[in-house]
Amino acid sequence: MRISDKFDELKTKNEGALIAYVCAGDGDTTRIVHALINGGADIVELGLPFSDPIADGPTIQASIERALDAGMNPDRYFEMVKGLDVDVPLVVMTYYNLIFKRGLERFVKDCKDSGITGVIVPDLPPEESGELGRYCEGNGVDLIFLIAPTTTGDRLEDILERGTGFLYLVSRLGVTGARADIAGSTKEVLDRVKTDKPKAVGFGISSGAQAAEIIKSGAQGVIVGSAFVDIIASGQDVAGRLKALALEIKSSLG
Amino acid sequence: MNIKQKGKFGRFGGQFVPEVLMPAVKELEQGYKQFRDDPEFKQELDYYLKDFAGRPTPLYHARRLSEKYGITVYLKREDLVHGGAHKLNNTLGQALLAKYMGKCRLIAETGAGQHGTATAMAGANLGIPTEVYMGAKDIRRQRMNVYRMELMGTKVIPVTSGSQTLKDAINEALRDWVSNVEDTHYLIGSVVGPHPYPTIVRDFQSVIGNEVKHQIMEKEGRLPDSIIACTGGGSNAIGTFYPFIPDTEVKLFAVEAGGSGMESTDKAALHSASLCVGEEGVLHGARTRILQDPYGQILESHSIAAGLDYSGVGPELTYLAETGRIKPANTSDDEALAAFDELSRMEGIIPALESSHALAYLAKAAGSGELGEIVVINLSGRGDKDLETVLEKGVM
Ligand SMILES: Cc1ncc(COP(=O)(O)O)c(C=O)c1O
Repeated sequence: MRISDKFDELKTKNEGALIAYVCAGDGDTTRIVHALINGGADIVELGLPFSDPIADGPTIQASIERALDAGMNPDRYFEMVKGLDVDVPLVVMTYYNLIFKRGLERFVKDCKDSGITGVIVPDLPPEESGELGRYCEGNGVDLIFLIAPTTTGDRLEDILERGTGFLYLVSRLGVTGARADIAGSTKEVLDRVKTDKPKAVGFGISSGAQAAEIIKSGAQGVIVGSAFVDIIASGQDVAGRLKALALEIKSSLG
Repeated sequence: MNIKQKGKFGRFGGQFVPEVLMPAVKELEQGYKQFRDDPEFKQELDYYLKDFAGRPTPLYHARRLSEKYGITVYLKREDLVHGGAHKLNNTLGQALLAKYMGKCRLIAETGAGQHGTATAMAGANLGIPTEVYMGAKDIRRQRMNVYRMELMGTKVIPVTSGSQTLKDAINEALRDWVSNVEDTHYLIGSVVGPHPYPTIVRDFQSVIGNEVKHQIMEKEGRLPDSIIACTGGGSNAIGTFYPFIPDTEVKLFAVEAGGSGMESTDKAALHSASLCVGEEGVLHGARTRILQDPYGQILESHSIAAGLDYSGVGPELTYLAETGRIKPANTSDDEALAAFDELSRMEGIIPALESSHALAYLAKAAGSGELGEIVVINLSGRGDKDLETVLEKGVM
């Protein structure tokens, strides 16, 4: 499913999108993805683990390490995604070297063949993304760009013009990880980013109350990662608690 | 379209960093452009290099070594730079630049602790608070440098993720920079990372090569036939080579760490020779040759010299290797130890284990005639920091 179709659908229902991130290969990914979707996740962002994740904080770093230790790799990743059988958009989040090494064209084709319709690469700024962008466009896959509190001026304009799928607004300076306080800079970024394209805010969101605040401030979606990964790391009633947290957050987005 | 690619050496280099950092690398590029030719900045840097760092360093004719190998061997004595390695050339330059740019905090990564120590020196001297990320494994094998940094008021932060060495320290420093980009300068220690770092660090280290050129003309009346430098990230190598790039008759040897063998296991290489056997990829913001598995996961590297123990190499060196201007080579842990021993005994100079890899290449190649008649070896640092390692290996 294309990301834009999902946002169109949510718009008619007047709902914000819950975008859930987990790292593939950390735990029973198929079961985890279904639990998130049963809890109301609208889009699932599946991390493809890389050995040197510079944009990630300790929670997701640890998840990536567990996934790599468990043997996750790009071949297995695409195999697994192919078998998922879900009707929400799937997005791959990974670092550029894994894409580069596989070959840009092959990577995007693997995405398409396995049902992935979006790509997020946190260490690939628009300056370096031309070639990957062309393969994505040719294959009906969205290349999703990040916008940081420090993104301004011409660069912001350029990203707004290029971005497809949704715009990934980083709520604050820093790496991924749950935080209690994210409000201030988020509102500022949301006000500054003027576009018709859907805006989703990520980095630090872990509760329904935070998510509701962000939707009220003008976002069309929230991205929640570390809070889900914490549950997976605990190993306790994982599917049940993932579903419950997804439900809690999703119910605050309506 | 407003956005353009920047900072490439051929197809290598670039700016593969998180969006949060893009404005920071652009600001740095801008700041560097503004100040590098600023008379006041240049004068101040010259002053520090001379009176604080102790430049120029001698180009020393190693008489007994020359006799043994039957060619004229000169050592560029970067071991005599304050702190004991070439690293201070770069840290003084960058710390001063950070000050001119109004940054009030320095962070750095360190492997051997040499760059961390040099950053601590520059930070203390210029009065800028400094924090250094260092792999927990390196902290154990380079304890003295940890104490030195702490004595100078620098906070040393142990990195326990990944392989707990230099690459992980860089990851952690990048994460810090992402979080504190507005007031912090990331003082990277080699010609690696996103543009403009490989250029900035090369320029600050080129003082080595510029001096060599002047000194060898004075002593020999001609350029050397070859120059040898050890290569981790590649800053002492490119700093020595750079002024000689147009002089194509001068052979340039970049000697990497051959470690305990040129093979790799599943997760780790037994060496650090990314220029010799690495494959093209993107690491720490730059496209270059890196040690990686068939999927693109970064392999841990190995060297007895902590400062060479890195899975990547500067993009400009990769470019120069690709074009054939420099020759990548490697020497093993054992060969480096033998060279360490030899220089200590024959010349009364205890070299850093990193620099010992360059010295070992002399022993390896002198017989073949490949080096010509006059060779300059960059002695990038002194070996005091390595005594424990060497003792453990039973060389002494
Ligand atoms: C003495 C010495 N030589 C060489 C190096 C390797 O760095 P580079 O390749 O950037 O010169 C180091 C790094 O710590 C060092 O301490």
